[in-house]
Amino acid sequence: MSGRSTWTTFWRTVCGRAYPRVIGAQRERSWVFFEILLPLLQVTAYVFIYRAIQAPPEFLGFVVLGGAMSAYWLNVLWSMASQLYWEKETGNLELYIVAPTSRMAILLGMALGGMFQTTLRAVAIITIGSLLFRVPMTVTNVPVLLGVFLTTLVALYGLGMMLSSLFLLFGREAWHFSNLLQEPVSLVSGFYFPVRALGQVIAAAASALPITLGLDAMRQLLFPSMMENLRFLSADVELGILAGSAVLFLVLAHRALAHFEKLARREGRLTVRGQ
Amino acid sequence: MSSELAIRTEDLRRVFRTRKREAKKQKREVVALDGIAFEVPRGELFGVLGPNGAGKTTTIKILATLLTPTSGHAWVAGIDVATDPKAVRHHIGMVSGGETSGYGLLTVEENLWMFSQFYGMETRAARARIRELLAVVGLSDRAKTKIYHLSTGMRQKMNFVRGFLTEPEILFLDEPTLGLDVQTARTLRGFVSNWLREHPDRTILLTTHAMHEADELCERVAIIDRGRILACGAPSNLKRDLKHEDVVRLRIGGLEDVRPIVATVPSVSRFSQTAHDDCVEVDVILANDAVLTGLLAAVEAGGGTLLSLEKRAPTLEDVFLDVVGHGFEEPNGGGAS
Ligand SMILES: Nc1ncnc2c1ncn2[C@@H]1O[C@H](COP(=O)(O)OP(=O)(O)O)[C@@H](O)[C@H]1O
Ligand SMILES: [Mg+2]
Repeated sequence: MSGRSTWTTFWRTVCGRAYPRVIGAQRERSWVFFEILLPLLQVTAYVFIYRAIQAPPEFLGFVVLGGAMSAYWLNVLWSMASQLYWEKETGNLELYIVAPTSRMAILLGMALGGMFQTTLRAVAIITIGSLLFRVPMTVTNVPVLLGVFLTTLVALYGLGMMLSSLFLLFGREAWHFSNLLQEPVSLVSGFYFPVRALGQVIAAAASALPITLGLDAMRQLLFPSMMENLRFLSADVELGILAGSAVLFLVLAHRALAHFEKLARREGRLTVRGQ
Repeated sequence: MSSELAIRTEDLRRVFRTRKREAKKQKREVVALDGIAFEVPRGELFGVLGPNGAGKTTTIKILATLLTPTSGHAWVAGIDVATDPKAVRHHIGMVSGGETSGYGLLTVEENLWMFSQFYGMETRAARARIRELLAVVGLSDRAKTKIYHLSTGMRQKMNFVRGFLTEPEILFLDEPTLGLDVQTARTLRGFVSNWLREHPDRTILLTTHAMHEADELCERVAIIDRGRILACGAPSNLKRDLKHEDVVRLRIGGLEDVRPIVATVPSVSRFSQTAHDDCVEVDVILANDAVLTGLLAAVEAGGGTLLSLEKRAPTLEDVFLDVVGHGFEEPNGGGAS
């Protein structure tokens, strides 16, 4: 195989695997309820609390942004980390391995498709949330904001790609594990308040998850005056750490996948349904 | 590419170690393949025939780079599957029976296109080939149906199209008609032999536990049981080899199980029994006519009545009976998992 055709196959694989998420996932209309209305309800709950304690209006912005970003976290947890496990159960995983393509391309396709799918939801949450609660936003630096946002996504989906191989090794427990991670993460990552409120130690620990730093940096860029005293680290440092972890997670994802494939071929059960 | 042999295996062994959940320390070893050696030249439709648990899927998985052999070697398209699995994957395709691959929210056409992309196919060419193959298997009117609406048979037709779409040099079909209705199975068998006629340089390895399927489709078959090849050759040759012996089918009334009786008769070489409502049907392979007399006497003494007796031409089923020593559907200890 020539280098050129290897790359052609790589990108065609990415597009092929993204397709079910870009097109297919929009066909089931129930997602509007589960993935837009439910997060908005949660956001609303926090908005009412903040209003009751007469918090400054920026806090409503924190919550709306947190609600939008939590959509990405749920997507990573349920549609990236647990995805290879489901692919195994349906028999797709064996076909992916037999195909003359890169398994990283498959994961990348899933990730890009998932980002697209979730962005539709996140935009809806932000738009409806901002209109509904009249959030005062001052976007000072669009390129940096966009940079932080995209870096956060790469790091987050890189983490998901890495977890997907690890979850395969857990087998059936993967589902419980996802469930277990969902609530604590939404708490310690500061989806609904600046993470510093939990103290430096917890904030530092929570920074292992890219969503924590990403949220903090984005809040700094959107609500600069309010975040001055509430920020965890400066946005530049956070961006740097995010970029570093993005690379790290992608490298680890590649390693984990290669390791998984080797183990699967040797043990003979990891690609088999119901094992 | 240059290799004249599409597939070659040498003393292929595969042992599975299973851990029992209750007692973690207790390890069990299952010998799935116990020294398999065969060669498939380019252009052949080769069958691997054997009962459940014989090692058919294990063989295919090793050749398709999904499993490594415990020992021994296998080459596909001249490439060692254990040392260079990536290279092998450019030459192969795979379809299994009972497959549930694909995404339910996508249509038949879209799913097939997606899989074609993993082989780097150009979209326009892929679409054209998908349309063409869907027509051949009679699934054109479902091209735009989401696959969670498909019946088992339609799904398997789609899986076939997926496997053949990329025109692989070597195709592995693992019990491809498993669980299908007679009509669909016949359509797909027809599809396989036509495809091979139109693509004479391609090779297919097909596993099955349906004797007639192997008999009808395969140029050569290997009969395997408990991880060993017991016989290998063209179905017609295997049957001819049996000709010097007599295959006799008896229908006996008044008894539920004639096995204990037959066991007392010397030189009944092979034997299988099927129970029906009103009688038991017994296939025996006899060294000579004299044995038959003894057998009939023993049945009568045991309280049975002979309802009918027929000598017939050997089928692949008889070959199996002869080499394996027990009937096909009878349990043989190694259950499938
Ligand atoms: N992953 C596995 N772990 C443990 N045992 C296995 C595994 N796969 C197959 N086996 C065992 O290996 C033997 C051969 O299985 P298989 O190749 O699936 O047979 P067939 O396809 O002919 O029905 C069976 O006894 C089966 O139980
Ligand atoms: Mg099998």
